[in-house]
Amino acid sequence: MTKKEIIKKDNVVVKFVGDSGDGMQLTGTLFSDTSALDGNDIATFPDYPAEIRAPHNTIAGVSGFQVHIGKCIYSSGDEADALVAMNPASLKSNLKWVKTGGIIIVDADTFTDEAIEKAGYSSNPLEDENIASRYNLIKAPVTSMTTEAVKDIFTDRKSAEKCRNMFALGMIFFIFGKTLEHTDSYLEKKFKKNPAVVEANKAVIRAGYNFCENTDVLEVQIQVEQAEIPKEKYRNITGNIATAWGLLAAAEKAGLKLFLGSYPITPATDILVELAKHKSLGARVFQAEDEIAGICSAIGAAFAGSLACTSTSGPGLSLKSEAIGLAVMTELPLVIVDVQRGGPSTGLPTKTEQSDLSQALFGRNGEAPCIVIAASSSANCFNWAFEAARLAVEHMTPCILLTDGYLGNGSQLFRIPKMADLPAIHPPFATENDPDYMPYKRDPETLVRQWAIPGMEGLRHRIGGLEKSDGKGNVSTDNENHQLMTNYRKEKVERIANRIPDQKVIGDENAELLVIGWGGTQGALKLAVQEMQLEGKSVAFTQFNYIMPLPKNTGDILRRHKKLVVCELNMGQFVNYLRMNFEQLHFHQYNKVQGLPFVVSELKEKFNQILEEK
Amino acid sequence: MSIEHSTVELTRADFVSDQMVKWCPGCGDHSILASILGVFPKIGYKKENFCMVSGIGCSSRFPYYVNTYGFHSIHGRAAAIATGIKISNPSLSVWINSGDGDATAIGGNHFIHLIRRNMDVNYILFNNQIYGLTKGQYSPTTKQGQITKTSPFGVIDYPFNPGELVIGARGSFFARAVDNQPKTLVEVCEKMAAHDGTSVVEVLQNCVIFNNGTHAEVTDKEVREDRQLWLKHGEPMIFGKNKDKGIVLRGTSLEVVTIGENGITEKDILIHDETTENTGIHMMLAQMRPPHFPMAFGVIRAYKQPTYKQLFEQQMEDAQKDAKIRCVDDLLNSGDTWIVK
Repeated sequence: MTKKEIIKKDNVVVKFVGDSGDGMQLTGTLFSDTSALDGNDIATFPDYPAEIRAPHNTIAGVSGFQVHIGKCIYSSGDEADALVAMNPASLKSNLKWVKTGGIIIVDADTFTDEAIEKAGYSSNPLEDENIASRYNLIKAPVTSMTTEAVKDIFTDRKSAEKCRNMFALGMIFFIFGKTLEHTDSYLEKKFKKNPAVVEANKAVIRAGYNFCENTDVLEVQIQVEQAEIPKEKYRNITGNIATAWGLLAAAEKAGLKLFLGSYPITPATDILVELAKHKSLGARVFQAEDEIAGICSAIGAAFAGSLACTSTSGPGLSLKSEAIGLAVMTELPLVIVDVQRGGPSTGLPTKTEQSDLSQALFGRNGEAPCIVIAASSSANCFNWAFEAARLAVEHMTPCILLTDGYLGNGSQLFRIPKMADLPAIHPPFATENDPDYMPYKRDPETLVRQWAIPGMEGLRHRIGGLEKSDGKGNVSTDNENHQLMTNYRKEKVERIANRIPDQKVIGDENAELLVIGWGGTQGALKLAVQEMQLEGKSVAFTQFNYIMPLPKNTGDILRRHKKLVVCELNMGQFVNYLRMNFEQLHFHQYNKVQGLPFVVSELKEKFNQILEEK
Repeated sequence: MSIEHSTVELTRADFVSDQMVKWCPGCGDHSILASILGVFPKIGYKKENFCMVSGIGCSSRFPYYVNTYGFHSIHGRAAAIATGIKISNPSLSVWINSGDGDATAIGGNHFIHLIRRNMDVNYILFNNQIYGLTKGQYSPTTKQGQITKTSPFGVIDYPFNPGELVIGARGSFFARAVDNQPKTLVEVCEKMAAHDGTSVVEVLQNCVIFNNGTHAEVTDKEVREDRQLWLKHGEPMIFGKNKDKGIVLRGTSLEVVTIGENGITEKDILIHDETTENTGIHMMLAQMRPPHFPMAFGVIRAYKQPTYKQLFEQQMEDAQKDAKIRCVDDLLNSGDTWIVK
């Protein structure tokens, strides 16, 4: 056994990559959960292809899972401190994401001539001097050592090789000084009915662990700082599950049934999958025949008095456009969750983007305003889903919640809230047998109409997509009335600005440059700004969650800074919205549509460049 | 989750709305409205428990003319909206009004899936074989060859037969009625209301403006007795002015015979069984049309099978019975959690 030197680090990024089906998602999840249980702050991001099983050993088939652990984690990180690459194709496609000097573990057994060629290498990269000198390359015979470790359990190669990912995980566990208990108990639970699989996986993970401990493939062990977070109860959560739970919480708080009408679509499906489990909490979940039926069933449920929701991604939002207009017209509460992905059309289904903002704001016929808000971390998807429901119900209007593939599939530490601490939600129900009830009578302050639900006595009425007369709600084609009702619908949404908190700025409120983001880019933007602030640069940061309406102090904030830059994963949809609202201001913009989140280095480069401009 | 009945006796007046009915004079829709206004009090549910849902088209104005809760939605989507209403509140009596374009063109997908699921709603399909509200374009049920605004050289599409769609989607209830025969229309509507599951009634409805007389070959007074077979469960399929025509099954096909000719007696005539699961005879009955056959009316199929509501509510009940997670606090604290010290 060689004695290892212990190196301490604030935070590290570990990326697991392999063929789809190599078990990289599981390996990454086990490492992040173990790290969280061990006291690290975490964020994860799965990066997987649209194909379920693309051809073996090809770049197209590479599936990855990135884990960022440390003291204070805002995002799943940029470049990797350690990369586990299970075959040549995964090394080829991920090498550029490894820090110089970073650890690379490869399964040397997979680097056959055929696989090397299939990955697009002209020669064996393991013999490439440039790689060997630049990185800490560990050529581990993962496949053969795995097979060896389970030779008494499995006689067939196939079963044995299924455990390869655990060998790599064992190596990573040793390198980062993690214990095996959580993985052991996971395996025991998961494969309860198949003790041989449990035994084999446990043996392999130990073989990997011991391989690093007992050989001198790596002379160091890395100790990552514990999280600096409030001393509370935590769990790990993905954005999609947090969204689902936020909706459940809102329904319970409002005393309403939760209804979800939805159709499977990447990357939003997990919201439907999660809520379908919770019949015991009264969730009424309907898998519709298409996106349109998903939202229309939800609109029916809203009419019938439920907290009605539909979940989708970009192309699905397009299909739902007409029905959102119906919800605007009938002034029914409705939550529409859009987990954005690369577009247009089918686009990049498994990759992240923020390019549905314009569609959410404007993508309907007629003057059809609705609330648009965005979550900005995987964990706060819970709070923003709750807020979407609260605003929709209390203001009798559809609310579009924008998350994205990065938030939805990524995970983060989540401080477990107490239901008692969440704000109350007050549905504006009509009173049974109220002789003065009228479907479109409005609260003078909020312009909200009352919610009279089929079954309630003395409130029978008809609503629909045709323009209705003010108050009484009969069909009306009167020209003055249409103007009036259009004004009401617009102002009803705008007045919500009176009931949402002010926009906050992190850093000097008079800094020269204000970095502006919205939604899922918060982690990278915040980190870039913080690093620049430490370097003494005059930079402040603000991330928008409320988009329609904008917080009331938005203009005041923007006007305090000499330079403004709006960063978003699209070609400039939010910046154009701001330009529309604040014509006199000059905005710089930084945009990217590569299906990837921002990385800190590119942001800092752009911000420095703007600061240097006269 | 049964639907609450009214404690007082209701009349037609309880369901008449204060809105002016704006269908064309002579439109078949008037007669369907009159029938529904007659049927609702008889059903006996509290008036607040009726919910009318429609899409777009002439017939979809229906909810405005009935004083219940009503939702006049968007083109083709009534079935999906009604589905959300029914799942959300199973103790409502939900009724859909839809036309041939609304139900079988733009809303075709929702229509077949509603039926496939056996959702507990009543579906009145006003079939006038034309787009009326947009002034006379051919619909999926327009006859082949017909000249319309959008088929100046004649329709080349093969038409849908709504009955075939319903039965093909394994619908549990299908009936057919005629707008100008109100007595039977009321009877059929009462039967549809009594059936648990998706009950579809196709009403042959006349559009006086854009497709006048489209159903005349079966609905005209002079021909109707010879061209309409009114089905009654458990009774032989006999029709005709002289009650001497009947339907027999020969080989795998139906055939029209005359009682008293070629040794045919009443005993040879097929007995209608609306309750059988097998869709074969029901499908053949739905397909019958002149000149070789009469058209079948009344209840063609009323097969009892668990409804969406029953299956859904059973799952909800089972899940809640032994649930460990009973509130959101339980959920938030379930699974792997830890306390940072």
